[in-house]
Amino acid sequence: MNEKGAPDKLAYSRRKRKESGISRVSVALKQGQITPTELCRKCLSLIQKTKFLNAYITVSEEVALKQAEESEERYKKGQSLGDLDGIPVAVKDNFSTSGIETTCASNMLKGYIPPFNATVVQKLLDQGALLMGKTNLDEFAMGSGSTDGVFGPVKNPWSYSKQRREKRQQQAQGESQAAEWLITGGSSGGSAAALAALTCSAALGSDTGGSTRNPAAHCGLVGFKPSYGLVSRHGLIPLVNSMDVPGILTRCVDDTAIVLGVLAGHDPKDSTTVQDPVKPFTLPSLTDVSKLCIGIPKEYAVPELSSEVRSLWSKAAGLFESAGAKVIEVSLPHTSCSIVCYHVLCASEVASNMARFDGLEYGHRCDINVSTEAMYAATRREGFSDVVRGRILSGNFFLLKENYENYFIKAQKVRRLIANDFVNVFNSGVDILLTPTTLSEAVPYLEFIKEDNRTRSAQGDIFTQAVNMAGLPAVSMPAALSHQGLPIGLQFIGRAFCDQKLLTVAKWFEKQVQFPVIQFPELMDGCSLVFENEKLASVSLQQ
Amino acid sequence: MAVPMLRWVGPGRRCALAWVDRSSRHRREAPTGSTSNGTREQSSVAQQPLRTAQKLRKGEHKWAAVVGLEIHAQISSNSKLFSGSEVCFAAPPNSLVSFFDASLPGTLPVLNRRCVEAAVMTGLALNCHINKKSLFDRKHYFYADLPAGYQITQQRLPIAANGNLMFGVFVGSKRSHMATRTVRVKQIQLEQDSGKSLHDDLRSQTLIDLNRAGVGLLEVVLEPDLSCGEEAATVVRELQLILQALGTSQANMAEGQLRVDANISVHHPGEPLGIRTEVKNLNSIRFLARAIDYEIQRQINELENGGEILNETRSFDCKLGCTVPMRDKEGKQDYRFMPEPNLPPLVLYDTASLPARAQPQQVINIDQIREALPELPSVTRERLVQRYGMLPEHSFMLLNEVGLLQFFQNVMKETRAEPKTVTSWVLNVLLGYLKHQNLAVSESPITPSALAGLLDLLDSKAISSSAAKQVFEELWKGEGKTAVQIVSEKQLGLMQDREALEQLCQSTVEGHPRVVMDIKKGNPRAINKLIGLVRKAALNRADPAMIKALLEKLLA
Repeated sequence: MNEKGAPDKLAYSRRKRKESGISRVSVALKQGQITPTELCRKCLSLIQKTKFLNAYITVSEEVALKQAEESEERYKKGQSLGDLDGIPVAVKDNFSTSGIETTCASNMLKGYIPPFNATVVQKLLDQGALLMGKTNLDEFAMGSGSTDGVFGPVKNPWSYSKQRREKRQQQAQGESQAAEWLITGGSSGGSAAALAALTCSAALGSDTGGSTRNPAAHCGLVGFKPSYGLVSRHGLIPLVNSMDVPGILTRCVDDTAIVLGVLAGHDPKDSTTVQDPVKPFTLPSLTDVSKLCIGIPKEYAVPELSSEVRSLWSKAAGLFESAGAKVIEVSLPHTSCSIVCYHVLCASEVASNMARFDGLEYGHRCDINVSTEAMYAATRREGFSDVVRGRILSGNFFLLKENYENYFIKAQKVRRLIANDFVNVFNSGVDILLTPTTLSEAVPYLEFIKEDNRTRSAQGDIFTQAVNMAGLPAVSMPAALSHQGLPIGLQFIGRAFCDQKLLTVAKWFEKQVQFPVIQFPELMDGCSLVFENEKLASVSLQQ
Repeated sequence: MAVPMLRWVGPGRRCALAWVDRSSRHRREAPTGSTSNGTREQSSVAQQPLRTAQKLRKGEHKWAAVVGLEIHAQISSNSKLFSGSEVCFAAPPNSLVSFFDASLPGTLPVLNRRCVEAAVMTGLALNCHINKKSLFDRKHYFYADLPAGYQITQQRLPIAANGNLMFGVFVGSKRSHMATRTVRVKQIQLEQDSGKSLHDDLRSQTLIDLNRAGVGLLEVVLEPDLSCGEEAATVVRELQLILQALGTSQANMAEGQLRVDANISVHHPGEPLGIRTEVKNLNSIRFLARAIDYEIQRQINELENGGEILNETRSFDCKLGCTVPMRDKEGKQDYRFMPEPNLPPLVLYDTASLPARAQPQQVINIDQIREALPELPSVTRERLVQRYGMLPEHSFMLLNEVGLLQFFQNVMKETRAEPKTVTSWVLNVLLGYLKHQNLAVSESPITPSALAGLLDLLDSKAISSSAAKQVFEELWKGEGKTAVQIVSEKQLGLMQDREALEQLCQSTVEGHPRVVMDIKKGNPRAINKLIGLVRKAALNRADPAMIKALLEKLLA
């Protein structure tokens, strides 16, 4: 599927590739090749066409068109607000959006219309971005498949890609199996699907244990989890306050940098954000990686890791090595305790955070009114799924006075050990850690739902949640397509608040691997002009 | 956003009083709670001198009572502890509710600097150790006026600890002189207030007002060093004065700005402490004293009749004057404490530890606050005793009545009269009238300058002290006349004409030969009758001392 054009065409596309997707659209908008309204309508039409993916819970058509109109005015006057002016974005439905229903894919919040914008949403809007809609997720972001929300599962656009179909035809698999659609990963699967289906230029996810990186890996996208404290959580409906961060999903690293540049910085409404002023994020094009030390944590080579991902991982390491970087095996000795520890802390905070949903001030309220207590019980039974109730129950168990020491305190101590593992590795001279993002490529839905949510989460978050416990920045980079023609992502982990360095290395990697753009010609008619990144399938990492 | 009035059927627990703090009722049942209880039950020796609580009947053991207090003081601040909503008593329901106060998901707490400063000030005034690092915790329980399902408090590491509070009590057989006692302050913690539940039994519904939800509270936990209602009342009054002097709380009990819970037990001295009960709903100092003394007596009676004391929460019924168990069906609550993840540790500095490049608005300097502390009540009293030579108990009286000290000082500024005279008139006459008519000092119909004018006349012997009382009564009518005007209108001035007075004496002596006979027989009191008669004849305008001198001269 390499695009082997004439030499002059190749040169042209290379030149264009230097600019990011968003910058390119931004230039097109500035030059009047397309107006924000045209762009917005194209996206809305794609959203309609890809409705079967179930990526969006709410499409904010009117809002987006109005924003596009305003953006158009600005462009006409030559007063564009910047790179994001007129750029369509999608936002996960656990970010509060003023005047737009915010459900967390839960019955509990059906019909809840927040009276304020999350800080990150406000920052995007202040830059002139167009809010296309609110994307699907696992209920309250509890899951790693985007299959466990009240609005149903999200379908991975790559299920329908030309690349997958070709592979399956090569492997002579029947059409019936081709119809087997794949999960997006989660919990920000709606945002990932919306972006992979080209209905927007960037999307916000949230990342508590890998919820942005996991679907990014499964959908062939850049999924970035910033350092804890770099980006405001105000307005993000919490899962685990001490681990949640807003995540950024884009099609290329430069786009991530643009969005991060807008979102990063202190927020007076979030006391856990950094006080120091944040410098603008610009990513230099790294040409020399010889001074770089890449750490390969040996504990991440778990038996469950698919051989394809394992070999891609070592190929990626080889890529750095052959370019002159130092690649060494490192140890994060407490990795094996991480997921259990994560579950204890996660459930405890969930139990606490969910206590506010009692049906009084907002959200669902049952019809039972014989007593306050009965009303609470019925409201919460009706409002929360089994998965959510299960986590609340176990969280409350961990927080009981008699259990607190044995579970919560112990988990906190282990969390400290895990965070120290990273500190020790970085202090030993390692700049960046390279790991898989997920055990394998996306699996079919029918396969996925064979296990319960907890088991699936434990598998899905295995390589990602430790980073959340340590508060580090991490990015999942699309590395190559699998034998099935499905994206595989690899994860880069950086030192706390060295987000820029992390993205710089990721950008170098991106350039090397030339991950292919998703192709579904029957959907694209005309929209491709704007969005296709014209990336070429990588030769170096082809499986 | 204005949260709509919430109504739903709630037959759960009801209470007649609107501002009763429902949350605090839950708050204390936890063994892990922020109370002094844990250590107290284990210690078998009472550290403090104990007094017999009640009169003894013959052959009885002596009983000693142990009382500990937990006091919630609403911080006087413009905005709430973690949100920007205004703090104001008696505002229309749900008019002061931010998104955070209504616990809208995604909102985060932002600590109010003023509340931290108030806690540090209070801690310093109570001789506490100020923790340079303190932490916030979540305390979980479901209640309709607690929107988040948890209260943010400081369970593990409070902002201040290990202080003490000095207070004065009347001692001696006639309880006539003051002695200073000390109660230890276990800790002071910052926490959120809850909203208010208004139970409408008639319509079987509960209304929620979130105006108070999230207002900053100082929870002051005292060690169980007290032994009776009166002591407890004195301590609370002293704390009230300190908070008011600091301006950290208005500490008005009637408005719920100061709420007191008492832990009470009785035992025989030398034996382990008894099982305690907790008495809540104490919304005036008078009820506090009565409730504690009632509860002490109830426990003694219960034990003497072979009963046992249950570790329970009781409320004081101010109409019946007794404590009654609160219906709390669930029994012990587990508050599932957890660190508040959205607030970093609260770090305070002193001048030595202040980071060089710190922005003044981002750090709190304990030393700076200490230097700026206003005069505390104990110092004020000391100053009064020193400067005016007044009795310590008088200094207590002056401070205990809101505004009375200011009144006294204003009179002192304007009068030539002796401090002793002023003290006596302010404490005995003015305060008596105010109390009799149930008026606050600020409502006094007599201004400090009016009283000063009156005392000037008295001091210059222009009127007699009995005439002064008459003038006072006239002034009390509040008709705007000065003392001088009243004296001249009513001709109350002292008779300065010695000859005229001599004549009055002469005629009185002549008109009452029997009395004169008595005097001559040697009855020493008889002359007083004549003095009285002369004063009456002089329309109370004559100086009794002068009359006496004149009479003695006449009868010699």
